[in-house]
Amino acid sequence: MHPAPSVIFFSVFSGLGFGLLVWLGLGIPAVTGGSAFAFFAIAYLLAVGGLISSTFHLGHPERALKAFSQWRSSWLSREACCAVAALVLMGLYGLGLVFFDARWTLLGVLGALFSIATVFTTSMIYAQLKTVPRWHMPLTPLNFLSLSFAGGALLAGQVTAAAILILLAGGIQLLTWIMGDKRLAESGTDMASATRLGNIGTVRAFEPPHTGTNYLLREFVHVIGRKHARKLRIIALVLMCLLPVLLLLLPFNHILAVFAVLAHVAGVLTARWLFFAQAEHVVGLYYGKR
Amino acid sequence: MTTLPEQTDKKLGLVIDLDTCVGCHACVISCKGWNTENYGAPLSDQDPYGANPSGTFLNRVHSYEVQPDQGTAQLIHFPKSCLHCEDAPCVTVCPTGASYKRVEDGIVLVNESDCIGCGLCAWACPYGAREMDQEEKVMKKCTLCVDRIYNENLPEIDREPVCVRTCPAGARHFGDLGDPNSAVSQLVKDRGGVDLMPEQGTKPVNKYLPPRPKDALPEIDVLAPYLDPVIGEPKGFLGWLDKALEKI
Repeated sequence: MHPAPSVIFFSVFSGLGFGLLVWLGLGIPAVTGGSAFAFFAIAYLLAVGGLISSTFHLGHPERALKAFSQWRSSWLSREACCAVAALVLMGLYGLGLVFFDARWTLLGVLGALFSIATVFTTSMIYAQLKTVPRWHMPLTPLNFLSLSFAGGALLAGQVTAAAILILLAGGIQLLTWIMGDKRLAESGTDMASATRLGNIGTVRAFEPPHTGTNYLLREFVHVIGRKHARKLRIIALVLMCLLPVLLLLLPFNHILAVFAVLAHVAGVLTARWLFFAQAEHVVGLYYGKR
Repeated sequence: MTTLPEQTDKKLGLVIDLDTCVGCHACVISCKGWNTENYGAPLSDQDPYGANPSGTFLNRVHSYEVQPDQGTAQLIHFPKSCLHCEDAPCVTVCPTGASYKRVEDGIVLVNESDCIGCGLCAWACPYGAREMDQEEKVMKKCTLCVDRIYNENLPEIDREPVCVRTCPAGARHFGDLGDPNSAVSQLVKDRGGVDLMPEQGTKPVNKYLPPRPKDALPEIDVLAPYLDPVIGEPKGFLGWLDKALEKI
């Protein structure tokens, strides 16, 4: 799959933002007034910034309001609805904390639930796709959710929780890669099933429909960078997982914490790039590619 | 509404005969022509006369070489367009309701004025049947020439998808695959028509007729080696030339 920067930034930063909102909604840390404002500002910058960046890949962003209508069937529509619900609920909750020194617990818990739902619905947009076997497994939502909770904990300044959750997220990430590598073969979709010519003999793509490229090849058959996948996986894991945990284990210091956050974000961005770049869409089989 | 209908009154679709297709791409061109000039946004091209031409097509013809365990390889031309699936995954993923499957005939369409161009339906399609137009930024797909098949301004003979109407080899057939007595359903039954990527669970309406087994050469008579060769040693001028050239 083509790793579109807008979608990578969206899923990483909104994942972090909503992850932080989950912690804030549950009252961890129990901040009010100015410090609450700072926490909420960071969360909203990330979540809303991510959402805005996701509209950059739309052909017609001016019609985006229509995307709230099909929540009965579409995970993308559900994501839009959950995101707005989470942002409105958490906005009201934050208003109470910042200006009235009041903790409306029920509102916070509801906001946290909708924040979790937003990250889950985001992950389901990918996990629902049978056409991309690497994504079509329960580990995909687990991967997104664990990274979101871990990143949220890190931003919320929860040192112990962050260290544990980051290690957990790293483990899930590793498992996602190991299982993901086998998914295309396990799906049973190959050139023989794509063309149904396999019972005659071995199928080979002889001539593509056009001499030039096309939308399908640009969007679905992205092979650049796959050869560095192994190295990039190690880099991603070191940055997202090992480095932040090491920094968290040292005596707490704000500068070290900033480095931990930066390393984690860079690692998650690398992992998310691989999430797209390594994903094989079955339509590539019609072109003899994967 | 992007939920799929429980069932459709008809299942209009295509039957494509892989034994008959000669790979001339006439269906590709006629499809591009009709669908550029008629319903919806035109099918744009980018850099059509330059070094890197690319464009939107609703129908593309692949060619595959199939090598059996024994004998010579076969070349099979393989036209591919929207299969108007019964369980169309492209419809249910649509966030705006722009994609829908018609209850009356099962055709899968895009309401272009509702399309936000997110591309998710193209991601959900295993067949590469949907392409985002780079000029209009909306999703384009085969309409089964919905603006031809019911069009009373056209002579009756033209009221079928333009790819079917154009095919000089008669490799494409159009009809109601929900009616077991229709010509297309009979054809699928007789020739063992198949679904593409059945494991994807899309239940495509369009069917593909696999190539029939090739004729085999009849066995040569056991006495054949004892027959005199028809052409013996060259005589006359050619005989002289043959000898002269061998001596050089």
